[in-house]
Amino acid sequence: MKEILERRAAITGIGQSEVGRRLGREPLALTLDACLAAIADAGLTPAQIDGLATYPGAMGGAPGFTGAGVTEVHDALRLRLDWYSGGIERPGQLGCVIDACAAVACGYARHVLCFRSVWEGTAQGKGGRAGIGVDAGGGGRGFRASGPMMEFTLPFRAYSAANWIAMVAQRHFHEYGTTREQLAQIALNARRNAAGNPNAIYREPLAMEQYLGARMISTPFCLYDCDVPCDGATAMIVSRVDAARDLRRAPLRIEAVGSALRGRPSWDQFDDLTTMALRDAAAMLWERTDLKPADVDVAELYDGFSFIALAWLEALRFCPKGEGGPFIEGGAAIARDGAIPLNTNGGQLSGGRLHGFGFLHEACVQLWGEGGARQVPGGPEVAVAAAGGGPLGGCMLLVRT
Amino acid sequence: MSDKPFRVLPRVTPWNEHFWRGGERGELRFLRCAACRTWVHPPAPVCPSCYGRALAPEAVSGRATVLTYTWNHQPWVPSPDHPYAIAIVEIEEQPGLRLMTNVVRCTPETLRVGLPVRVVFEQHDDVFIPLFEPRSA
Repeated sequence: MKEILERRAAITGIGQSEVGRRLGREPLALTLDACLAAIADAGLTPAQIDGLATYPGAMGGAPGFTGAGVTEVHDALRLRLDWYSGGIERPGQLGCVIDACAAVACGYARHVLCFRSVWEGTAQGKGGRAGIGVDAGGGGRGFRASGPMMEFTLPFRAYSAANWIAMVAQRHFHEYGTTREQLAQIALNARRNAAGNPNAIYREPLAMEQYLGARMISTPFCLYDCDVPCDGATAMIVSRVDAARDLRRAPLRIEAVGSALRGRPSWDQFDDLTTMALRDAAAMLWERTDLKPADVDVAELYDGFSFIALAWLEALRFCPKGEGGPFIEGGAAIARDGAIPLNTNGGQLSGGRLHGFGFLHEACVQLWGEGGARQVPGGPEVAVAAAGGGPLGGCMLLVRT
Repeated sequence: MSDKPFRVLPRVTPWNEHFWRGGERGELRFLRCAACRTWVHPPAPVCPSCYGRALAPEAVSGRATVLTYTWNHQPWVPSPDHPYAIAIVEIEEQPGLRLMTNVVRCTPETLRVGLPVRVVFEQHDDVFIPLFEPRSA
């Protein structure tokens, strides 16, 4: 019998900084706002934090992609750590939370502070969204691409995940007849939900005609299929369940995680061009629980590009493979009162590109019944949070205890 | 005045130059396993099928099929030729032998999944970028 050790882990507190398009604030300050809020939310003090994890941690890369690493937060809060982990080579942004679950299950730590911090809005300024590698060598001149992600993409003028994911969406359109009108529902649903989220970037209504009339970015993606860069930090506390019982909140137990990548770890070499690594992460999640998709009350699924959320819906078996288009058509199935309420805070498309952690944060908000105007009715007890597209994918199933 | 668009070029090494410089002789070359004859891309020192180490560059026909594509409109780098087509093509010699590339000499009306294409090269400095054009062109 398989031991599902992540069930020894629970989320006991969450925190988020101010979120905005261009806040102009020091990224470490935003990060610490979120971290201290999460610690207080759990009813803990910094002295009780003995684990620390983040994605992607200190690194170069696109402007504003990371606001702080493990070392900066460790030192700023003078933490006394038994376990810590930061880095980008993991199953998506939530991979570091999945690692934190393992760390508490193994007894390396009792309370792990997990955080993700971005300041892409401020860092990119008014220059528009950056392509990968374009700025790396003084406007690109003289810079040479290397490494598995850049060598076989940038020379072909494929500067962005927008291009790479667009090709997966196009193949899905080709094989299954998926349409732009169907895909639009991911964006329209997110915008409707963002109206109930006071921290969302875009809250005014978005109509189908606006979506279809928007400028194209990379076919079939238009502007509204792409998430909005912002500044903000998100944090949560992963606690060992036996250390969680006397804290401020009802612990949200981790029922199962998905971290698998069984195909090639590549944006263009994955075996099935209609889906991505998330196929394997989602499959692993269901291999580790007796719960079924029908048991899930709310789904917070990565929408860095609209199509990724559609792919997660299929991978997590909320609808059969290839039927994501008809499933979301009209938007009723994914609405707040639908079969599977999706991205209840506006996702990244309208809420802001908090990069993965926003989905887990919102799953917790919903399970604790604190969604306010956007709260899913009926007291949701089971939520799935998922992050990542392309070769990145990780997901978690949470149960209110 | 060059009619070639700006490109970020790859760093050429002894381990990838067969690919990036094969166009000098008009050849699209991939590593191929001497033992089991598997084509390997991107270049790697071990065959992923038999784990043999005797891999050597070999030219393919240059014929391929479009698996998927996108028309890029966003000016990541300013250029007069937007939108341009990015595609993933499958090389005729082996199912799954794929390459991200650009399809040139095509329009939104003519580019489609399944389109038969053939390699053409665009030289930039010491690099020959393998692009593809419709075989009917």
